[in-house]
Amino acid sequence: MTLGFYPGCSLKGSSREYAESVLAVAKAFDVEIEEITDWNCCGATAAHNLNKELSLALPARILSLAEKQGLKEIVVPCAACYSRLTVTKHELSKDPLLKATVIEANGLDYSGSVSILNIIQMLDKYITPNLGGRVVKPFDHKVACYYGCLLVRPHEILKFDREEDPQSMDILMLKTGATPIDWAYKTECCGAGLSVSRTSSVGRLSGKIIEDAKDRGAEAVIVACPMCHSNLDMRRDAINTFLGEKVDIPVLYITQALGLALGIDRKKLGLQRHFVKVTV
Amino acid sequence: MSKIGVFVCHCGENISATVDCAKVAETASKYDGVAFSVDYKYMCSDPGQSLIKSAIAEKGLTGVVVAACSPRMHEPTFRKACAEAGLNPYMCEMANLREHCSWVHEKGEATTEKATDLVRILVEKVKYNQSLNEIRVPVTKTALVIGGGIAGIQASLDIANTGHKVILIEKDPSIGGHMSQLSETFPTLDCSQCILTPRMVEVAQHPNITLYTYAELESLEGFIGNFKAKIRRKSKSLDEKLCTGCGLCTTKCPTKKIPSEFNEGLGNRPAIYVPFPQAVPNKPVIDRIHCTYYTKGKCRICEKVCPTQAIRFDQEDQIVEVEVGALVIATGFNIKQTDFFPEYGYGKYPDVITGLQFERLASASGPTLGEIRRPSDGKIPEKIVFLACAGSRDPAKGIPYCSKICCMYIAKHAMLYQHKVHSGKSYVFYMDIRAGGKMYEEFVRRAIEDDGVNYIRGRVSKIYEKNGKLIVNGADTLLGAMPIEIEADMVVLATAGIANDGAEELAQKLHISYDPYRFFAEAHPKLKPVETNTAGIFLAGACQAPRDIPESVSMASGAAVKVACLFSQDELTREPIIAVVNRQAPPAYSSCVGCFLCVSACPYQAIEKEEIRNRNGELIKSIAKVNPGLCQGCGTCVAFCRTKSIDIQGYTHEQMYTEVLALLNEY
Ligand SMILES: Cc1cc2nc3c(=O)[nH]c(=O)nc-3n(C[C@H](O)[C@H](O)[C@H](O)COP(=O)(O)OP(=O)(O)OC[C@H]3O[C@@H](n4cnc5c(N)ncnc54)[C@H](O)[C@@H]3O)c2cc1C
Ligand code: SF4
Repeated sequence: MTLGFYPGCSLKGSSREYAESVLAVAKAFDVEIEEITDWNCCGATAAHNLNKELSLALPARILSLAEKQGLKEIVVPCAACYSRLTVTKHELSKDPLLKATVIEANGLDYSGSVSILNIIQMLDKYITPNLGGRVVKPFDHKVACYYGCLLVRPHEILKFDREEDPQSMDILMLKTGATPIDWAYKTECCGAGLSVSRTSSVGRLSGKIIEDAKDRGAEAVIVACPMCHSNLDMRRDAINTFLGEKVDIPVLYITQALGLALGIDRKKLGLQRHFVKVTV
Repeated sequence: MSKIGVFVCHCGENISATVDCAKVAETASKYDGVAFSVDYKYMCSDPGQSLIKSAIAEKGLTGVVVAACSPRMHEPTFRKACAEAGLNPYMCEMANLREHCSWVHEKGEATTEKATDLVRILVEKVKYNQSLNEIRVPVTKTALVIGGGIAGIQASLDIANTGHKVILIEKDPSIGGHMSQLSETFPTLDCSQCILTPRMVEVAQHPNITLYTYAELESLEGFIGNFKAKIRRKSKSLDEKLCTGCGLCTTKCPTKKIPSEFNEGLGNRPAIYVPFPQAVPNKPVIDRIHCTYYTKGKCRICEKVCPTQAIRFDQEDQIVEVEVGALVIATGFNIKQTDFFPEYGYGKYPDVITGLQFERLASASGPTLGEIRRPSDGKIPEKIVFLACAGSRDPAKGIPYCSKICCMYIAKHAMLYQHKVHSGKSYVFYMDIRAGGKMYEEFVRRAIEDDGVNYIRGRVSKIYEKNGKLIVNGADTLLGAMPIEIEADMVVLATAGIANDGAEELAQKLHISYDPYRFFAEAHPKLKPVETNTAGIFLAGACQAPRDIPESVSMASGAAVKVACLFSQDELTREPIIAVVNRQAPPAYSSCVGCFLCVSACPYQAIEKEEIRNRNGELIKSIAKVNPGLCQGCGTCVAFCRTKSIDIQGYTHEQMYTEVLALLNEY
């Protein structure tokens, strides 16, 4: 079966390496991946702050296109897109009127039949069951698995992992040979969209995350969200200003860490694209 | 020819706001057999009842239909009024125009029409009603009290002091319940043990009380005044008559590392143990799950050291059967443990503790002999944080209710801490301070003003450990949700008060109902707070909802009075709504063919075989017969009977068919 792929805006721009590593890992396991044609932005933070119908119509259009393309299942690596798409599916399933409005606005059929996987679910379904013997270079480092806000929330809708102390990434990283640490900032906010408008706030919020990871001996922070990545990586200067010291713990997408363990070429995983040099 | 009176009540505006009562009465007046029909504002009032009585006398009514509220509310009222006017009370029926019609429908013609239909079917039914007489049953004047916390203790003593016998069963090795674990008690700060122990001893010594500890209810049968209970006395592995309570065995037992339930896991106990020094009875039991002899087949050290040879390894559970007239359920409550709170570490931080654990730390008989020391390393905490509403008032956690006792015990805890650790700093995060009760608000003010406890209005979002400290992240909502971070040495969660494990099973055994949170349900939230829906079974204390000691004791005394009222009568009357097997003239005698399917169907074992013999004593026929003392009128046998030979009095097949036909306008 072909797995649909919704990259979303980030994976085509600032977090191109996330897309590269997802595709590289999928390829290594012969998972057939097909991008949704003519996809649009999910609306991100902006849409649902402005207009409810718009915030549902945008993700619904993506799901409609996937249906049209005959896809049964799609992977959405960006945690924010994953959250928006899943919330939309949930809202439309319980409100037929809203569903009709959205269908009309988009001019596309929508049945709600496509199942949506986040990156962890995708890896757990297609990669880790076949991992046996494939880990050639165990990722032998202490890692802080950082889930952020959107991968596990709102729990009532996503029903994924434990919202207060999630474990799924830690379990996955264990399988790559890493040692996940117990730490306190797994689900604290990194500052998200304030990255541009109030970089100093991001410095403070992300700073506390990096500080706790460092204090507890992490050698790398593992993420599954482009926004989290850019704040923890690209805003490292602001973070270091907040911390008053230079902390150079690299931040890796889970697919990059997994890719390294599988022995995939560093370039193919896009590791050279990071601001904080990936030394692990 | 029937002469039926119809009395349509407005129930103030409850019915008349949506139903045209005058029209209902007028329509009813035209039905065959209706001799009188009227509407009135309050039928249950004195003038309303007089209206019924005088109509019975003047018109010579043979049946009455009161169209008003639910029969659960006022059937007894109207039946009594009929009886006073000389009509058999069971010739009176109620049509429920309120709950079944006016409250659930909009105003309109259809609503009035439905009300008319409801009256119609009862008019037709009442034509087939027969005079019935109440059943008299004797009362067994012994009470069974389940649960030996303060509520069960108080109820037992009060009942026993009225001169009646009491059997008190407690599942644990000692009575005392949660109150025995408390250090000091709000709002007076008197020592819990000091006020409780004398009552525990009184229970043990009272000539009217039989105490079974380490015992649970196995089953219950019967009905008010006449219950039969089976009690399982779990084996204590001890001959209690020989044991002198010297305690030697408990000091010699090699299996010593079992977390003590009494100390909430903060201390250990041996496998043969007395839960606490003041326990009643002060004799040990062997915990077979942990005892080395029972698990590995070797040891028996206690047996060797016992000076009176009282240990009995082969003792078995014993089932005791007792007959009682009433029960008081006082099985208390429990609290959520720290592992219920993912945001506070899923119970993995040893210095995040529950309120009950704090009680044990503050108690002179506790694991630290009353010094406040944190569990992880025994250090005296310099900064302590108390969290109110941990789980309570939180629909997301499935506990939307207020646990009621925690605001008060938190103030007590903070106070005790400040009294013991003068240099210490204490913080309380709260949502609202709920201190309704005599001297309660004053008590909380004392904590804040005299003892300098810092009260912060706001919630704590997260607790995590860093460098040996517990970092408490919260917000002060009185300062514009200002984020607050406290580096604490210890955190006490005032976790929600919840129903006991197994509360449902007990409720099912007792045939009483429970609420969505599994607390036992009272019969009426305002007017019957200690009664259950099952006659003869009463509630006391925290098994009904979280309650503090004064409330638990008041409830217990209330329940005891209810039991005493019941026991003040020698006989009880019961409604004659029971099953009867029809009897006919010979040669049939009855349409019953003697298949006796009903015997196995009856949940109350109320059906017997009756042999019909001729003058020469020869058996002609065996038929079923219902024992009126045992029958509960559930109707199961009626459904089972293939020849329709059984009827419930007052609800016969004939009456039911008539109602249906009336509804289909076949008359
Ligand atoms: C941390 C904390 C501090 C408190 N401090 C105070 C205070 O300072 N002042 C105050 O007024 N109140 C205080 N309380 C409240 C007080 O503990 C209760 O009001 C009181 O314990 C209720 O008594 P009870 O007999 O109803 O229930 P419990 O004390 O719970 O007793 C119930 C008894 O029934 C037994 N039982 C349970 N199930 C069965 C069964 N199936 N068969 C037989 N036996 C059974 C139990 O073993 C127990 O002995 C506090 C509560 C807590 C949690
Ligand atoms: S008593 Fe106070 S602390 Fe306990 S649930 Fe109610 S408001 Fe919260």
